[in-house]
Amino acid sequence: MEYTNSWFKDKILLGMSPKEYIKSNLTIPNLIAALILCVSIPVMIYRIIYGLGPSTNLSDNYPWGLWIGFDILVGIALAAPGLTLGTAVHLFGMEKYHPFVRPAILSSLLGYIFAVFALMFDLGRYYRIPYLLVWSWGFTSILFLIGWHFFLYINISIVEFGPVLFEWLNLKKWKDFFSKLTVWATIFGVIIAAGHQSALGALYLAARTKLYPLWYSPLLPVFFLLSAIFAGISMVIVESTLSHRFFADQVKGFDHAEFDKLTIGLGKAAASALFVYFILKVFDLVRSENWDYLNTGYGYLYLVEVLGFVFVPAMMFLYAIRNQNAKLTRIAGWLTVFGVILNRLDVSIIAFNWYLPESEKYYPRWTEVMLTVGVITMLVLTYRFIVNRMAILHEYEESKTEPEASGVKKEVANL
Amino acid sequence: MSIDRREFLKRTAAIAGITVLGGSGIAHAAEKKDFSKFFTNNTVNERDWKIWEEEKNKPFSGEPYGILVDTTFCIGCRRCEWACNNWNKNPNQPIEKFEASASEKDSVFNEIRRTHAGNFTVVNRFYDKEHDPVYVKKQCMHCVDPACLNACFVDAFRKTPQGPVIYNPNVCVGCRYCMVSCPFGIPAYEYYSAFQPQVTKCTMCYDRVVKGNPPACVESCPAGALTFGKRSELIKMAHDRIDNNPGRYINHVYGEHEVGGTSWLYLSPVDFNQIGFQTNVGKTPIPDLTKGYLLGVKIFEMVSAWPLVFGAYYAVSKLREHRNKNHDVETPNSGKKV
Repeated sequence: MEYTNSWFKDKILLGMSPKEYIKSNLTIPNLIAALILCVSIPVMIYRIIYGLGPSTNLSDNYPWGLWIGFDILVGIALAAPGLTLGTAVHLFGMEKYHPFVRPAILSSLLGYIFAVFALMFDLGRYYRIPYLLVWSWGFTSILFLIGWHFFLYINISIVEFGPVLFEWLNLKKWKDFFSKLTVWATIFGVIIAAGHQSALGALYLAARTKLYPLWYSPLLPVFFLLSAIFAGISMVIVESTLSHRFFADQVKGFDHAEFDKLTIGLGKAAASALFVYFILKVFDLVRSENWDYLNTGYGYLYLVEVLGFVFVPAMMFLYAIRNQNAKLTRIAGWLTVFGVILNRLDVSIIAFNWYLPESEKYYPRWTEVMLTVGVITMLVLTYRFIVNRMAILHEYEESKTEPEASGVKKEVANL
Repeated sequence: MSIDRREFLKRTAAIAGITVLGGSGIAHAAEKKDFSKFFTNNTVNERDWKIWEEEKNKPFSGEPYGILVDTTFCIGCRRCEWACNNWNKNPNQPIEKFEASASEKDSVFNEIRRTHAGNFTVVNRFYDKEHDPVYVKKQCMHCVDPACLNACFVDAFRKTPQGPVIYNPNVCVGCRYCMVSCPFGIPAYEYYSAFQPQVTKCTMCYDRVVKGNPPACVESCPAGALTFGKRSELIKMAHDRIDNNPGRYINHVYGEHEVGGTSWLYLSPVDFNQIGFQTNVGKTPIPDLTKGYLLGVKIFEMVSAWPLVFGAYYAVSKLREHRNKNHDVETPNSGKKV
């Protein structure tokens, strides 16, 4: 009993007594998080009890609103770090990017889990989601592909995350087992992620007349996949910058110059993906001969998206690589992320049903916004909870020698 | 992160507060007078699906049915709406109220309506060049190759051999992708049902059609605007009408080729985009827009991706081995194992 108590204290309370632990958490960011959740959690309960009608602005014209447009389309695109970094390091052996892999895998895992969590509120009959997996198969549906791929990809992410988890639990055998699986999981993950990232774009292939012609293209799946790739890389840049700031104590003794160099290296990859995407976008515009559409409100929005949030960050990355400017790389990373958010919202909400009069357009209800904000808050809190406890940002080796030995002892004692 | 009891109590109190706010939301929507939006627990979908389960094993030798709407005959009496609501047990009003709409000043015709949870069909009023009204009935088109069926990820739709496209509420998860993919914007959702919402749309009165009877709306039409029959015969009839009445119609039967053909066919005196139809839907069935992609992904994932990814992995590890051999002396640290 004493041992389990000390395990709890070590692992969950970070070595503090419950009182100390609660005290240490009375901070302003936590207060803000608590305030947000005080609104968001009741909103979630309200949605469950009263249904979609009272809790959203969804209509028969807009069956999909913020919860699909942001939580799923944006969320999954930004949860691509695991795909990009996992592939680069585990598959293509770019070992120097190793420090980014664990945060990337963690953000993918949490990104998918919380996206699916948010999806549960959007589905009319969320409790029937197992039907998709076990009994009623709509093989012709793009959404069927996506549903299955989400399910598979979450499992893949769990396998990829396994070594970190079991390392934390001091279960060496399990850790080794999952470490061996990592390459296989990564290979499987690349294929699955490419499949569903593109499929999210393919969803809108069916909405040919509803989506504004500038955004509608037979290449939608390719655009979604490519933008998920540079979104994933840019998210790594953004996230690593944030974590180095907010988890400074976790990255003690890290090499600033080396970190900047790696960031610029990531910028290189993002720039290539951005340029391929940009060229394809231009090609698509020429192919579709949609020139007339450019000189409209939607056209300007399209130009802002493609020039301001694809071409400009691509050039910024190029400039930053030439001048070895890590700061500019980070700014370009932020811009790219905003661009992907804008793109997904354009496709799913803003340029969707473009011919409807202004009065019938969709604007999210405050409850929809709060639920989304609440889910993001939960994601951040979970991310922080894990980063503070497991070896995500730092190498495990540092503390390997003694805690592991004592861990084995504890295991024995527990038995 | 630490959530104590007091916070929990606060949240519970907040729920009560939001409940009040939510109530005002309903009241606001109700001001628009369209109660059919909020109607829930329709049973006709389920009933029709049960009939289909009995019928599916029986051979059907006949041709699929269709309905021809001749908008030049429609007088805007909205009896079809009444009959539809009546047959399908949707919220209804006395038939006189429907009939009065065409002559009323403050009429439902003043705005263009669409289908909702509690009304499967609506009649809208448009005007031709002489400013004479053209009334157009709107409901599910019952596509030959339906987008909704193709979109559904739990396979809840069926295209019956008789023509109607029907829906099974007992497997529907409520993703509403059918609504996104429908080119005519027809399926509606019971947003105000918290626990058992379903998609609703015109069933083409499958329960009647399966016995060879016309749908309720067709039977109720006093002006001869609706004709029920074999789809192929209706197409012939439509073209005959165009040929025999020069100037009365434009030379187009909407639904003959649109999105691969629909069971409902329309004749119009003016261009179809002037009476609320989308004329840019194309002749390709909507499912064909995603079929190529889906096949591509399946081939990629099951066949071609594996050798590609393994090949790349193999090539890269070879390359690395090669490099490590060459650089072993200079940079011993770079030779980390995979």
